[in-house]
Amino acid sequence: MGQKAELTLLRLSDAALTVRLSGDWKLGRQLPQGEEFRREIESQDTVRRITFDTKAMTGWDTCLIIFLIHILEVGSGMQIPVEKDGLPAGVQRLLALASAVPERKGVRREAERTFFLDRIGDSAIAFWRSNLEMLGFIGEATVAFMKLSFGKARFRPSDLFLTIQECGAQALPIVSLISILVGLILAFIGAIQLKIFGAQIYVASLVGIGMVRALAAIMTGIIMAGRTGASFAAQLGTMQVNEEIDALKTLGISPMEFLVLPRMLALFLMMPLLSLYADLMGILGGLIIGVSMLDLNFMEYYNKTRESVHLNDLWVGLFSAAVFGVLVALAGCLRGMQCGRSAAAVGEATTSAVVTSIVSIVVAMAVITVVCNVLNI
Amino acid sequence: MEKAEHHIIVQDLTVAYGSNVIQHDLTFTINRGDIFIIMGGSGCGKSTLLRSMVGLLPPTKGQVFYDGLSFWSAEPEEQKSIMRKFGILYQGGALWSSLTLAENVALPLQQYTDLSPGQINKIVSLKLALVGLAGSEEYYPSEISGGMKKRAALARAMALDPEILFFDEPSSGLDPISAHLLDELIIELSNSLGATVVIVTHELASIFAIGNNSVFLDADTKTIIAAGEPGKLLAESKDPKVINFLTRGEGRAQEMIR
Repeated sequence: MGQKAELTLLRLSDAALTVRLSGDWKLGRQLPQGEEFRREIESQDTVRRITFDTKAMTGWDTCLIIFLIHILEVGSGMQIPVEKDGLPAGVQRLLALASAVPERKGVRREAERTFFLDRIGDSAIAFWRSNLEMLGFIGEATVAFMKLSFGKARFRPSDLFLTIQECGAQALPIVSLISILVGLILAFIGAIQLKIFGAQIYVASLVGIGMVRALAAIMTGIIMAGRTGASFAAQLGTMQVNEEIDALKTLGISPMEFLVLPRMLALFLMMPLLSLYADLMGILGGLIIGVSMLDLNFMEYYNKTRESVHLNDLWVGLFSAAVFGVLVALAGCLRGMQCGRSAAAVGEATTSAVVTSIVSIVVAMAVITVVCNVLNI
Repeated sequence: MEKAEHHIIVQDLTVAYGSNVIQHDLTFTINRGDIFIIMGGSGCGKSTLLRSMVGLLPPTKGQVFYDGLSFWSAEPEEQKSIMRKFGILYQGGALWSSLTLAENVALPLQQYTDLSPGQINKIVSLKLALVGLAGSEEYYPSEISGGMKKRAALARAMALDPEILFFDEPSSGLDPISAHLLDELIIELSNSLGATVVIVTHELASIFAIGNNSVFLDADTKTIIAAGEPGKLLAESKDPKVINFLTRGEGRAQEMIR
């Protein structure tokens, strides 16, 4: 272990103050503070120059440079010349390097204290702008859909089929698992209550109507928000970071048509099919509980389900699923296209896409439920 | 009709991100067939200026004229037709990662021409061969090296035989030999296609090897502080910032050593 770092201030002549540094001036050791030097120099107005003596210094690193910069600043503040001749050559070079490029004017950013009302105002303006951007995006997406219906939209059909495969067939395992479990849970909770009244057969109605009308669509929507919406946001966000979207724009290709449209179309087409599949899986889950715990047989359960679930319920479920598909695709693509140009921004875009999707699914479901109630569907 | 000698005119252009002005009141002219260098230190706004020139960032003030047509005052359809004259090589290549190299080069041709798939394939193979990537058609961007990505991106930029080629830091991330080969390729292509080339760079070797005209952007004054042929700037400029830059800061290093 090296010697302790020490600072001694000497008046070898009337005009010069010599800073003697000895020992090991390295990070992690207890080092003398520059304040002692400041007090000393401020107390004596006869000092005309500052010199250094480092013969007894056994080692040094960055912390010595920081200490010396402090001395240089004090010296320059009091207009006393600092002679660096006594410092090791390496230290002199590093000091020269540290001051070689002066700070650029206006480059320093001060931490700004903003008032509470300012922050509310800023947030309100940001919220307003974000809503305008969202409306603009929805408008552009609508125009792209209209172009598609007139056969004028330009995208690669292979991209559409690939996205259909990714968000359709490849989602089947997770949709199966979640839907069966939701059916099981629904039937299990219902069974406990209905068994008290000897009405366990109505478990089939509960599961059937619940899944077909709402739960299958909602659960599929949430799965797709976490799986596909997040993936859309990450894909487009990364393309933004890598300038791939700029490359499309400067080629005159609309990213809305080329990237967003196939994704929206794929989810719009696949969500009702996935929801239909989730209906069947949920009913299967209910059937497992009905047969294994409630002493119902397969035909009893099947007949009660057929009797309870009407075609209207199915249409409402499929319509909801298609709406959720569009919402998840819109949220994922919007957040991806709004993404900044950094890895952190891609993460934020992904999180934001999932949150926006789930919130919009719940809000849309509430609206659909109220409208169906009013229309008596 | 003979085309005007002035291919691109940048007039009083000010570019900013929000209230943060990056460069202001930039005025310069690029002649047809020039290899024009936009140079300056890191962070001085070279790439931002390029983004404004190619239509990605609207300027807060000023105009960019292509063959006398003002880009930023033009209707969207007119802007698109101006942009069709561009071929752009982005800093990181910006190849579309979900497409193979062949599909990357083919996409502009599919979008803008009525060529048959067979003809497009032939053009794609030729363009890839021109940049030394013959036989790499079926590779994805993630499967090739940085230098190959740059060259593939150059093949894509040349797909439609553009009148103007923009390069954003073409040598960045390349070893000296690959960078030198890319410089030679740029000269070769510029000569054979007769294209005007605009290059954003701070690579001195490239600046002196290929540039025949240039502007120097300064981060402190946020505007152009020197313009002209790079060799002449080195010989004649009196501005210490320009001299330091063009001599790799050796003037300042000498001072420090003394």
